[in-house]
Amino acid sequence: MTAAADSGTADPGARRTVVRQALSVGVATGAYGISFGALAVAAGLDTWQAMALSLLMFTGGSQFAFVGIIANGLHAAPAAIAASSMLGIRNGLYALELTHLLGARGPRRVAAAHLTIDESTAVAVAQDDARTSRLGFWVTGLTVFVLWNLTTLAGALIGNLIGDPRTYGLDAAACAAFTALLWPRLRNRDAVAIAVVGAVVAIVLSPTMPPGIPVVAAAAASLLAWRRPRREAP
Amino acid sequence: MSLWTSLLLAAGIAFALKLAGHLVPAHLLDAPRVRRITGALPIALLAALVATQAFTGAGGVLVLDARAVAVAVAVVALLLRAPFIVVVALGAATAAVLRALGWA
Repeated sequence: MTAAADSGTADPGARRTVVRQALSVGVATGAYGISFGALAVAAGLDTWQAMALSLLMFTGGSQFAFVGIIANGLHAAPAAIAASSMLGIRNGLYALELTHLLGARGPRRVAAAHLTIDESTAVAVAQDDARTSRLGFWVTGLTVFVLWNLTTLAGALIGNLIGDPRTYGLDAAACAAFTALLWPRLRNRDAVAIAVVGAVVAIVLSPTMPPGIPVVAAAAASLLAWRRPRREAP
Repeated sequence: MSLWTSLLLAAGIAFALKLAGHLVPAHLLDAPRVRRITGALPIALLAALVATQAFTGAGGVLVLDARAVAVAVAVVALLLRAPFIVVVALGAATAAVLRALGWA
């Protein structure tokens, strides 16, 4: 843990600020575990399976994608695995940035890997010094983990009480959830173009392909990022 | 493949991807092109998920029903900077109300 020592002591004000930030991100994210739990049981998972996803997969976008596709039946399982895995690639990229910052070894590194998600990364990289970053990462990651799992359980229990998910619009809630996950990524025209192509490819392929496969095929739209963005052009 | 097998496999891959990023030397993925494409993957996948979940019905054919209206309401909520849970709740409420009224 020498990396921790040589960055010095962060001032208490910065520590308080980052903890407050981490807790509020954690609470906000934990809250939508309810929608995940309810959607998971609406998709045909039992409560244990919904909880296993939150405990073991622990990356919201992939979890929503997995249950959204597997709702079509077990024949869609390969597509569900492929889509959730492709969505999980970004966590690996976050890990590349985080691993130097965290300087964790052994079991702590394994724990850090499991907590490597959008929210913990966002809080960690937003800090000015390494010590505060590490604090932000761990507090955010652990808060989200605890609340996400508790609220998944609550959502699954609520979902079991509801009966036909369509009556309460739970299928539409899934659509709204994917829209909300996509929204912050539409930061520029290139991103919008990729989203439009991905959506059109999926719609066009849907009538002729098994459920889930069009989503996986639409991943090819990301190849539009092959050329450099306009602002970087000479 | 049972649901449990699929679930555990998908969860295992998700964890392996996270751990790989903590273990592989960063320079292996440093090519800007690789980063741009992997960064664009979630955009393409999430857009495709919105499209198929909101705008396709039985047999994968294009349909416009309560779910499409729910997405429109979600977009308005996002433009107004509503938090995630509010966006999801509004989407569900929109579809539930339209169906209860027999409009979609």
